[in-house]
Amino acid sequence: MEEILKIEHLSKRFDDLSILEDINLSVNKGEVTVILGPSGCGKSTLLRCINGLEEIQEGNVFLDGKTVNPPLKNTGKDRTKIGMVFQSYELFPHKTILENVILAPIVVQKRKKEEVVKEAKQLLERVGLSSKKAQYPRQLSGGQKQRAAIVRALIMNPEVLLFDEVTAALDPEMVREVLDVMLDLAKQNRTMLIVTHEMAFARAVADRILFLDGGQIVEDTTPEQFFDAPKTERAAKFLQTFSFES
Amino acid sequence: MGFEVLWKGKNLIRLLGGLGVAMKISLISVVISLTLGILLGMLMTLKQPLANAFMRVYLEFIRIMPQMVLLFLVFFGVTKISGWNLSSEASSIIVFSLWGTAEMADLVRGCFFSIPAIQYESSKALGLNRLQTYVYVIIPQIARRLVPLSINLITRMIKTTSLVMMIGIVEVLKTGQQIIEANRKTSPNAAFGVFAAIFILYFLACYPIGRLAGYLEKRWEN
Repeated sequence: MEEILKIEHLSKRFDDLSILEDINLSVNKGEVTVILGPSGCGKSTLLRCINGLEEIQEGNVFLDGKTVNPPLKNTGKDRTKIGMVFQSYELFPHKTILENVILAPIVVQKRKKEEVVKEAKQLLERVGLSSKKAQYPRQLSGGQKQRAAIVRALIMNPEVLLFDEVTAALDPEMVREVLDVMLDLAKQNRTMLIVTHEMAFARAVADRILFLDGGQIVEDTTPEQFFDAPKTERAAKFLQTFSFES
Repeated sequence: MGFEVLWKGKNLIRLLGGLGVAMKISLISVVISLTLGILLGMLMTLKQPLANAFMRVYLEFIRIMPQMVLLFLVFFGVTKISGWNLSSEASSIIVFSLWGTAEMADLVRGCFFSIPAIQYESSKALGLNRLQTYVYVIIPQIARRLVPLSINLITRMIKTTSLVMMIGIVEVLKTGQQIIEANRKTSPNAAFGVFAAIFILYFLACYPIGRLAGYLEKRWEN
């Protein structure tokens, strides 16, 4: 298996508050890693560090053997190798769905407009948004916006996709449509790192589960192992909060 | 009703001339205010402590001072102390520009900080550099928020030019008063006709601008 993402001794602090401590991680190509953990354990921060949105105090993040954080060159084509989808979609409100999707490929990757538009239409079709391409984000539901945001990240053809609690802000009936898109991507052998609170989805989509607590990786295991027989008490306690006894 | 006085002699033309004076003062002040206001507003977003302290004092000063007091201060006060021979028109342009610049700068600052930080982050995540982020993502959004607000400021500036008659400028309101005075014997109701005409003139000047704001707001409603 080919390693694509490597994190070495990563530490992140906000002033005196330590968020992540000495994180070491290696992710293989095509692997779907789901990061679980209680609120405030540093899962989102970890994704943001991988994407260079957070400054890190110690350590390195390598993509394909090249350092991406601390950033050598923070923008441009190199950055587009990591795509990220946010909890709050963050589509650009003044642009239509299609314009949102084609902006970065044209401006950053300098691809030809016709070609980008063609691909954008195909991708939007694939996530069921063909009829929405000329509309503005405000005219779409949360689930539709989030699917559009996934397409916007996908069209850059990133080597790694980061999902930061992408269903957390959605109404329950819209969660499924977004998760289905992500399952579909997982089947296409995309390398994905997913932060989520959807346990059933995590189990279905993950090749690997990382359990974070207190800024450290407490468990790094398979979904079966993690959900059926967690090794640590902290993980067991965390899983208990999701089950009900009648 | 007093409307007949409008058709006497050159009265209507005189009123229109008065409106022209008011529009000239407001137009020049608006152009200066928008330009300087945008520049100073951008300066405030840089978070330079010294510039911000200066801007805070400036904004507060303008906010607290009634425009009329500012007019008197510049036209009677500054000219006396400095010995400059400022015309009343120049004084009023200075005062209106000082006022408009302050408000415009504050609007620009407000719109700038109303763009959520994550818009910058998602641009960065897409690989856009700083300049591209501003050009394609941030500035278009600021402009959409700013245009209706600045148009509102423009109409307020046009209306407030009626104050300049206090420093001797014969604009539309003053012209109206002169017409009423001159026709007191023959048309005792002239006050109603003339002021109604002035109302219509201000309406004609400001309404299209207000409609433009409404149109843009609707078009950019997102």
